[in-house]
Amino acid sequence: MKFAFKILKDFPGYLWSGWGSIAAIFLFIALWDVGNQLYGNLVLPSPLETFKTLWLMLNDSEVITEINITLYRAAVGFGISLALGSVLGLLAGFFVTASMMSRPIVTILVGMPPIAWIVLAMIWFGMGDETVIFTVIVASFPIVFVGALQGTRTLDGDLKEMADSFNLPWHMKFVDVYFPHIFSYIFPAWVSGLGMAWKIVIMAELLATSDGMGASLAVARSQLDTPTALAIVVIMIGSLMFMEYIILEPIKREVELWRD
Amino acid sequence: MERLEVKKLHHHFGFTEILRDINFTLEKGKVLSIVGPSGGGKTTLLHLCAGLLDVEEGSVENSFISSSFAFQEGRLLPWKNVIDNIALGLLAKGEKTAVAVEKSKKIALRFGLEEEDFNKFPKDLSGGMKQRVSFARALVVEPSLLFLDEPFSALDIGLKKELQTVLIEMTAQKEISILFITHDLMEAIRLSDEILLLKADPGHIVKRFSYELPQNERDNKYVYNESAKILQDEEIINTFELELK
Repeated sequence: MKFAFKILKDFPGYLWSGWGSIAAIFLFIALWDVGNQLYGNLVLPSPLETFKTLWLMLNDSEVITEINITLYRAAVGFGISLALGSVLGLLAGFFVTASMMSRPIVTILVGMPPIAWIVLAMIWFGMGDETVIFTVIVASFPIVFVGALQGTRTLDGDLKEMADSFNLPWHMKFVDVYFPHIFSYIFPAWVSGLGMAWKIVIMAELLATSDGMGASLAVARSQLDTPTALAIVVIMIGSLMFMEYIILEPIKREVELWRD
Repeated sequence: MERLEVKKLHHHFGFTEILRDINFTLEKGKVLSIVGPSGGGKTTLLHLCAGLLDVEEGSVENSFISSSFAFQEGRLLPWKNVIDNIALGLLAKGEKTAVAVEKSKKIALRFGLEEEDFNKFPKDLSGGMKQRVSFARALVVEPSLLFLDEPFSALDIGLKKELQTVLIEMTAQKEISILFITHDLMEAIRLSDEILLLKADPGHIVKRFSYELPQNERDNKYVYNESAKILQDEEIINTFELELK
């Protein structure tokens, strides 16, 4: 509770520090506009046109439904890999054999291109929610798993010894000694897993479903509707940036104050 | 009577013999130091006494009511600030948070930490400050036996003297017994009632030195004289390989 309060208290200061990033975004949009002036509206619609299309889309209840469908799939898929990856990763980290055995499996999971998973999932589950959710899980699970595994593998034996010398009860050992260390590994893994899930969900939808934002992107492509395609991309990037910079980064800063 | 009794202690790591036939007794209110070159098994011996390692052969009987450990490298929790680090042992004993924080602040000031340092994380502390925090954390629980693993190594001379004075006061009032390891002979002479000389490969005790004069009456001259004497001792020369070649 104290912690949440501190995050809120520091939030305005954090936002104020974001002017540099906002300037960078505007610079990017300016370059985009240069591209538009060089190559024309069909290849690269101007930022203004894209944002106008975006505004129209956001006022359209059908588009909102599509967004919700995508959000649902990403949330379920990521939620499952978050829970599964964290628990299994922690467990594997506590046993040397398990962590040795899981390494090659993780390499296989990471090395397998998501597009191959999508093809397999389409054969296994057909065209629908399951295919997308499955692909999201296989793509983001290894990231979370490795983060949790690293967190437990790298626990400091010296600090354990110190905790023993003060006869720390088990709950204090967990809260004060193990958890902060593990969290500092697992939290960044959650963040990159989320980014991964958000990208994969669109790709899987584009190939394997008839609804959701990915499917809208496929429709926009077939109609050569570049402004809509770009508007969807803006929604994707915008939501990712919102998650990362407005929600996760302030938490991360507070949690990792003690780091160098 | 509280005491720590070590009998016929042997220890191995794998096939390497680390300690051979260690015997000593530490009585209440006394200071016993173990000196010897690095890598001689001093830390292993201390960990065995403190129960941080399991005894394989021989026995360690500790009848002190409470004990705490100050480590050589501080071993502070990097995600806790100075006060929370010091309070750790108190909280583990079930002390109320407010009381623990109050006591921690008091002892932090006593050990030369400033109020503005209280909220700092270990990464922002100098080596000496970390050691002060570690020291405070060990002493705030008011242990009747204190284990020290070269606790003064990162401190400047002034602070070293100050902390030693605190310890000497506490032992004079029979509040605390200390088992500590060091490779600094002068430090050992200033503080100890008994010094054990530990020779390496495998670690075994080659000589014992006793000092009768109460610690608070030992002045610099006494310490220098005794150091000079001990440095001419045959066993000390051999153990530390002091002979000039």
